[in-house]
Amino acid sequence: MTVVLMLLGGAVGANLRYLIDRRAQRWRGSPFPWGTLTVNVLGSVVLGFVAGGALYGVDAEAVRLGVGVGLCGALTTYSTFGYETFRLATEGARALSLVNVATNVLAGMAAAAGGILLAAAIWA
Amino acid sequence: MGVPDAAAGVAGGLGPSACEPDRPPWWRRWAAGKRWDVLAAVGLGGAAGTGARYGIAVGMPHPAGGFPFSTLLVNVLGCFLIGVLMVVVAETVASHRLVRPFLGVGLLGGFTTFSTYTVDTAELVMAERAGTALAYLASTVLAALAAVVAGVLVTRWILRAARRMSRRRAT
Repeated sequence: MTVVLMLLGGAVGANLRYLIDRRAQRWRGSPFPWGTLTVNVLGSVVLGFVAGGALYGVDAEAVRLGVGVGLCGALTTYSTFGYETFRLATEGARALSLVNVATNVLAGMAAAAGGILLAAAIWA
Repeated sequence: MGVPDAAAGVAGGLGPSACEPDRPPWWRRWAAGKRWDVLAAVGLGGAAGTGARYGIAVGMPHPAGGFPFSTLLVNVLGCFLIGVLMVVVAETVASHRLVRPFLGVGLLGGFTTFSTYTVDTAELVMAERAGTALAYLASTVLAALAAVVAGVLVTRWILRAARRMSRRRAT
């Protein structure tokens, strides 16, 4: 049953990423991949919160699998992040490709830590 | 035919909708222009990719504070495959329009994960394994980007070799 929840979370997460990315492309004309940055930061903070909850004793397998592995796992992406970085680097925006790596990693880490700390503030 | 009829409808002023044009509810506006076959392909691919990622994570468990090899493998493999896919889609003719939503956005996007990467790294730092955290952080980025490049180059090379062979056979 929780596996079904996880697959459902994966389907929803992938669609959310697709819709957020399309929205971001319509909003901004810049070549910087804002959509992927948005979903990666958003997924990191939510998974941080779920993982923090598990760490501090409120562990529900359905939430961990459905929201954590399914929703957050599929909402965030490494493959699109990698390919967009490659495209920036090979299409004459080498500096922007480095900025893309740095912002995704740093903002993603900050978001993950923020999610864990938020869970700690509530449950620890 | 249709135009005079519509004009007559407006001029007739039937009810309040004639003064204030009916704005469809937000869910109708949201649903309008959505390509539901594309969303279904993205969802199916996302579920399949998630299942594959979970299978690898269960098959290669890492102890708390250990190096998350399974997530590294998933992300590097997914990056290699997106390189392959984008070359195949861009350089071969007539791929179905649902191929990229299903394989690229859905399957590979659902297979790879950024959130597990950042949260696992943060948890390594919290477990006072800063060295492991840094090694994991850096090795994933470098290996993933190298994998994209490798996927693109290998696929271009194979396609070029295949084309050369078919040309030689034709002459």
